Amino acid sequence: MLELKNISFGADNDGTKVEIVRDISLTIPDNKFVVITGPNGGGKSTLAKIIAGIVKNTEGSIILNGEDITDKSITERARLGIGFAFQQPVKFKGLTVLDLLRIAAGKPIKIAEACEYLSEVGLCAKDYISREVNGSLSGGELKRIEIATVLARDVKLALFDEPEAGIDLWSFSNLVRIFENMRASESGRTIVVISHQERILNIADEIIVLADGKIVKQGTRDEILPGIIGTKYATDVCRKVTESGV
Amino acid sequence: MDPIQLNLLKEIAELHEVPEGAYNFRANGQSVGRQSTENIEITPKSDVSGIDIRIKPGTKNESVHIPVVLSESGLKETVYNDFYVGDGCDVLIVAGCGIDNCGQQDSEHDGIHRFFIGKNSRVRYVEKHYGSGEGTGKRILDPVTEVYMEDGSSMEMEMVQIKGVDSTRRTTIGELGKDAKLVVHERLMTHGVQKAESVYKIDLNGEGSSADVVSRSVARDESYQKLDMCIVGKAPCSGHTECDSIIMDSGRILAVPSLEADNVDAQLVHEAAIGKIAGEQLIKLMTLGLTEAEAEEQIINGFLK
Repeated sequence: MLELKNISFGADNDGTKVEIVRDISLTIPDNKFVVITGPNGGGKSTLAKIIAGIVKNTEGSIILNGEDITDKSITERARLGIGFAFQQPVKFKGLTVLDLLRIAAGKPIKIAEACEYLSEVGLCAKDYISREVNGSLSGGELKRIEIATVLARDVKLALFDEPEAGIDLWSFSNLVRIFENMRASESGRTIVVISHQERILNIADEIIVLADGKIVKQGTRDEILPGIIGTKYATDVCRKVTESGV
Repeated sequence: MDPIQLNLLKEIAELHEVPEGAYNFRANGQSVGRQSTENIEITPKSDVSGIDIRIKPGTKNESVHIPVVLSESGLKETVYNDFYVGDGCDVLIVAGCGIDNCGQQDSEHDGIHRFFIGKNSRVRYVEKHYGSGEGTGKRILDPVTEVYMEDGSSMEMEMVQIKGVDSTRRTTIGELGKDAKLVVHERLMTHGVQKAESVYKIDLNGEGSSADVVSRSVARDESYQKLDMCIVGKAPCSGHTECDSIIMDSGRILAVPSLEADNVDAQLVHEAAIGKIAGEQLIKLMTLGLTEAEAEEQIINGFLK
């Protein structure tokens, strides 16, 4: 279980203090699929980064399974079972997909095991296992490898920061399928996804709407989704494409 | 050979035992083992220190190992090795030098290697340099590699110096004939107060010749590197140089890629980039459970792989 108590984060913007996350308190129980939505700039990504330790909260405390992790480093939190998939997957010169999966697994896993993680994210393992995680891979491929690195770790809490960002429609459909599979599998992990995509919101147990650094709505999918559907908090990717005339 | 020499041999040539094929082992200025084969003849030079390696035309899938180890402090030597590769060969040549200096005097090995590669021959050349030992004496390697490539020949060079060499100035010169192809992968890491200079001058003389020289380097601590890579296009040809460097701590790197086109159909490209390890790369690996120092090592290992 993850508890956030009075979490705030402020940044200095040319001498003016800007509050990005304002006094957020929430509890995420185990084995839940939680989607955080809300307008751009509302503090969603910052909140996820605060949980992973990438951004340091200025106020409040973070409790993971009863342990206060507020002052713990990114590495310590990772070792306690927090996984984080970046919105913009990081590229590496020289490190291969297999290298990255081995680092993620924390042990020298066999190629066959690494291939299983890749299959789980819909990549044909033999085509990718020795490829470098660099700019020669497309945005969709990098995103799926990024997700595979989280799957390869035995995490208790997996955070996905806008997994749909920067990928095409075809890749998006596959991505939704990956999350549906994760949702269906009884892995015992809690999944927190930051997304405005209706199809991802549709598989949530719980939805949190974040705007202006605060929680404006929180509840089960049935309670929240009907109220936000069709708004910018719950976008249909196909409709968006049609409306923009592409 | 003693355990120190055997360890050096393992580092530079990945050899645990006597290799198959032709070889010449040199330890502390002496040849300690030599074997020629039916197609590869190794003979000592009479005028200077060194050997001639003659590979018969048409020799395929054979290898030559000529590792050198120095474990005696204060030893300085210059060795001239000439490789004459006949037409239509396909061979692997493994060279390299390991110096272990536990004393106070400088140890230095300068290997001058010349390759004369016959028509349509294919050569893969691996050269690893390694230093160890706790002494205050420096471990110095100033190798010179000259490659003369006849029509249609190709050569792939892997030049590696990852650890323990205090001072190095490596010079590589290439002259390529018609349709000859040279590919170089250099990997260099310096630490402490080491200095490394790597100079390339590749002349593309023949029509259809090509060269691809790629260097990846890491400068740590107070070390200094100068990477000077020049490709000269004298015919319709294609050339590419790339210096890609990671700088850490108080390391310094000077990258001087240069191109000279003497023919209107010469297509030459150079790229150079120097930068520290990207913060996001460290963070990504830390979110996978590595400490910052472990993440750094993984990134460097991958980069220099």
